[in-house]
Amino acid sequence: MHRIGVFVCHCGTNIAATVDVKAVAEEMGRQPNVVFAADYPYMCSEAGQNLVQDTIREQRLTGVVVCSCSPRMHEATFRKAAAKAGLNPYMVEIANIREQCSWIHKDKVSGTEKAMILARAAVAKVQLNAPLTPGTSPVTKRALVIGGGIAGIQTALDIADAGFDVDIVEKQPTIGGKMTQIDKTFPTLDCASCILTPKMVDCAQNEKIHIYAFSEVESVSGFVGNFSVKIRKKARFVDASKCTGCGECVEKCPMKKVPNEFNMGLDNRKAIYIPFAQAVPKVATIDPNYCLMLKNGKCGMCSKVCGANAIDYKQQDEIIEEKYGAIVAATGYNPINIDKFDEFAYHQSPDVITSLELERLMNAAGPSNGTLVRPSYLNKQDDHNAHPKKIVFVQCVGSRSTCSEKGAKEYCSKICCMYTAKHAMLIRDKYPDTEVYVFYIDVRTPGKLFDEFYRRAVEQYGVHYIKGMVGKVAPKADGTLDVQASDLISNEQLHINADLVVLATSIEPDKTARSLATMLTASMDTNDFFTEAHPKLRPVESPTAGVFLSGVCQGPKDIPETVTQAGAAAAKVIGLLAKDKLVGNPCIAHSDELMCNGCSSCEKVCPYGAISYEDKEFRQPDRTVAIRRVASVNPAVCQGCGACTVACPSGAMDLYGFSNNQIMAEVDAICR
Amino acid sequence: MQEMIDRAKELLADGTVDRVVGWRSGEFSYDITPGVFRSAEELDESFIYNDLCAPNLSKYLIKESRKEGKLLVFLKPCDTYSFNQLLKEHRILRENVYVIAVPCTGKIDVDTIKDKGIKGITSIESDGETVTIHTLYGDKTMPKAETLGDKCRTCKSKKHVVYDEIIGEDGEVNNDGARFELVEKLENMTPDERFEFWRNELSKCIRCNACRNVCPACSCENCVFDNPNSGIQQRAAVNSFEENMFHLIRSFHVAGRCTDCGECTRVCPQNIPLHLINRKYIKDINEFYGDYQAGEDAMSRAPLNAYTFDDCEPGIVYSRGGKA
Amino acid sequence: MQVNDTQFKPLIVAFCCNWCSYAGADLAGTNRLNYPADVKIIRVPCSCRVNPMFILRAFQRGADGVILCGCHPGDCHYTSGNYFTRRRMTLLFSMLDFMGIEKERTRVEWVSAAEGAKFAKTMNEFVEAVTKLGENKRLEDLRCKK
Repeated sequence: MHRIGVFVCHCGTNIAATVDVKAVAEEMGRQPNVVFAADYPYMCSEAGQNLVQDTIREQRLTGVVVCSCSPRMHEATFRKAAAKAGLNPYMVEIANIREQCSWIHKDKVSGTEKAMILARAAVAKVQLNAPLTPGTSPVTKRALVIGGGIAGIQTALDIADAGFDVDIVEKQPTIGGKMTQIDKTFPTLDCASCILTPKMVDCAQNEKIHIYAFSEVESVSGFVGNFSVKIRKKARFVDASKCTGCGECVEKCPMKKVPNEFNMGLDNRKAIYIPFAQAVPKVATIDPNYCLMLKNGKCGMCSKVCGANAIDYKQQDEIIEEKYGAIVAATGYNPINIDKFDEFAYHQSPDVITSLELERLMNAAGPSNGTLVRPSYLNKQDDHNAHPKKIVFVQCVGSRSTCSEKGAKEYCSKICCMYTAKHAMLIRDKYPDTEVYVFYIDVRTPGKLFDEFYRRAVEQYGVHYIKGMVGKVAPKADGTLDVQASDLISNEQLHINADLVVLATSIEPDKTARSLATMLTASMDTNDFFTEAHPKLRPVESPTAGVFLSGVCQGPKDIPETVTQAGAAAAKVIGLLAKDKLVGNPCIAHSDELMCNGCSSCEKVCPYGAISYEDKEFRQPDRTVAIRRVASVNPAVCQGCGACTVACPSGAMDLYGFSNNQIMAEVDAICR
Repeated sequence: MQEMIDRAKELLADGTVDRVVGWRSGEFSYDITPGVFRSAEELDESFIYNDLCAPNLSKYLIKESRKEGKLLVFLKPCDTYSFNQLLKEHRILRENVYVIAVPCTGKIDVDTIKDKGIKGITSIESDGETVTIHTLYGDKTMPKAETLGDKCRTCKSKKHVVYDEIIGEDGEVNNDGARFELVEKLENMTPDERFEFWRNELSKCIRCNACRNVCPACSCENCVFDNPNSGIQQRAAVNSFEENMFHLIRSFHVAGRCTDCGECTRVCPQNIPLHLINRKYIKDINEFYGDYQAGEDAMSRAPLNAYTFDDCEPGIVYSRGGKA
Repeated sequence: MQVNDTQFKPLIVAFCCNWCSYAGADLAGTNRLNYPADVKIIRVPCSCRVNPMFILRAFQRGADGVILCGCHPGDCHYTSGNYFTRRRMTLLFSMLDFMGIEKERTRVEWVSAAEGAKFAKTMNEFVEAVTKLGENKRLEDLRCKK
């Protein structure tokens, strides 16, 4: 038999002004199994909580109902208080008579009546509450970082620094990501490689960090603390343990006409290649689409010259399975495809380039060895026309646009204003005879030293900033480009005869993020950026427990922000891995195997994959044994939404804390 | 019928199966019940397949297929849909069942004959075209088409969707939508008329559970109405909730799973057209989420276990046509 | 609103998901946005926790209207719960209509944690609609009290 205590809070006058709290307490005192009912000015105060605790002890209460503010406010408070007095915290129910009663009703009679009904429903429910104990699960003390750009590198270094093992999976042959392609960084103009490559080396040398380069995540199963991940190590056709990265094979490879993705296709590489000099791991990779040996079985030059005997034409993809406690998505971004932006003549003229291509053109390790030349003159850099005299930058190409059919994005890509200012400034600094125009919708430069940076480009370096959009770029017969644009401030149409047009293209999440999100059961927004568990309060966690977000995969951001977030994600991972056991939410689904049909309906609606089936033996009434397929819920994975309970026709699946019985009892109490 | 018996004997003899699930006569010769046959003699003695063999045998396989040995079952087109649906729900062990598909040209519904004022029926014969009804008051004949219940009159499919072997020619799926005619008729009534219709029908219910027991979709180990933790008190007398809501809840539980085999209506001793409730769900599902036939395959996701981002809102019920 | 003792006061049961709509209802309270006391809220973790049985039970026990509130599609705390709710309730409400139950007695509304005003407005409208219909007789006696 239950012994229920009911406590009615005045909340000063917040409740008491509209609800006759004494009458509610008296009425509750008359409810079956209620052995104690009282009102009190402030239940959440120390004294109020003491009242609950003392009453639990004195009256040997088995259940507590607090009629007060929203359970979202103080349910946890009263549960803790009950637990201190030795009552299971899940034997506490809250009747919300403030937000959902006294604050919205002016009439004391109906307010009191409603408060009584709400209290009655809570009393009816609490009688069916069961004491619950949160389950625990162990934690594998190893983290996986998916993506080896600056975000992934920083996260991995920070996790390793705390003493935990961490693996980086990177789909490219080397870690480093987009930052390796960038020449200088704003607002300090220091060289990107100079600050990034030491971090790459740190990763390689850190004994806590293992790099799976040229690898991709194949599948993810398990749950927070206990993920099991299959990683596909793609065949490089080079034995990474033997290769010394000497580059002899690259030197001798006869296949020279492979577009070099590291230089954005502005020059060529060999069929066997090391993406760039500081690659980590510094291991050669054979591109099977171009390798003559792999395609036709003829050549074998690299194998012949390799002193380490590392070439292995028969190498196969390898699947590695590893267990992790936490997973960090750091899948980064790519510039959008601008094939459909015909107006900028990107495909008509080599001298219309994207900003990332410009980074390569300005980089000392790039196709022009750092000399700014028009791409159409890449092979004749000595020509007096090679150097562009007039450069037009177009901002917001594909950003802040509703032309989704062209692949444009509604969001602001955030980094373009700053890198365009950087480009303009660098060019004016190095080539003062060059005229530079920047067309913009708005210049957005919030951030430490950012606006100063942009102002410097305008005021000190004389970059022509023009508010307005470029309508059309038309290649002319003399090889120059006719840029037609509008100047919105002076309200005129402009024609600029440019030698080079640079498009600040929008950025979008890497294409692999979507399939990864499915594997991780992590949610994404309509733009395929990962969603946060809470956009403000939990910005580096995904709603899926144990999955964390680092870098641009969560939203556009620059390098300092990425590093900040990477560190924050690492801190969350460390916090998780530092625990020996995870304590779950006990309000989860559970299946009565005697009722279960094994029909799989519940499994189909479970967003977390928490339900599995097993064949179990059951003794029948006639003493024979029957084997039946029955569902079981993984308590560490279930989040307690209850979708399965409704999908289950027999009612075998039920939810602790919100059981069929409990909700029915509430309905009955309200409708009585 | 003889072909079926012969083939069953062969399969019994060569050890492929050790028993046969088919039909035999019940109390009256027109009252057919499912039966299990273990020998050639039993088959010769009482195995029947004729225009009166309406019972859907698939549900019996839930228990039978979990017993030792392999069994042979004869399935009509209708029944194969139920069979598939049960496979999808992991209720039948496929490897223990050998399915022979048998054709069906519609089954005689005794209640339909009785509704025509024919009493004292002793036996019914059919040559496939004409039905002869022997009664205490002499013989009556009528075209077979007139003896079919709503279920067979508006047959959804003469095609078998699953089998190991087939006797006779396979038929075609019928998509003419005729099976929704009665549902549409109800939809076009006013709510008051609909309410009167259903109150009139459902108040006849004696809660005998025949519909639930025969329904291949109602295959729960334990019905929710018998589950003390479901919040429904069991005893009908103390709780009119179950009494009132039984058919609403039952139909919701089979929504998206009901293959429209019509067994519920066929077995109802009070002749309540229960299948119209299920057909309403089928019709709604088709209209809201695209055509879906439960049991057509054993893989697809049931409509209530699936969703799309742009599903219609529940408000569509208010804005949709039909009388207010 | 004028309080008239003889006026019919409907009994409304509102199921609210914990993450969006219950918080929206709290916000309506915090902002002191009035709606009739006839509305009684039952908290559920997610709108997908609401079994049609609860709704039918409420009606059969004398509720005059039942409203179900959840996160907006796409915003479900559990990612997909309200999508299942949407299908289930669409079919259930259509069936109730088919049985001749006034369709204005049932409703699903998506209310976010920020939409206190929408919550109050929705409740005011729903109570008004149900008040117009009067007492719910039909589901109570669909079968027994002919």
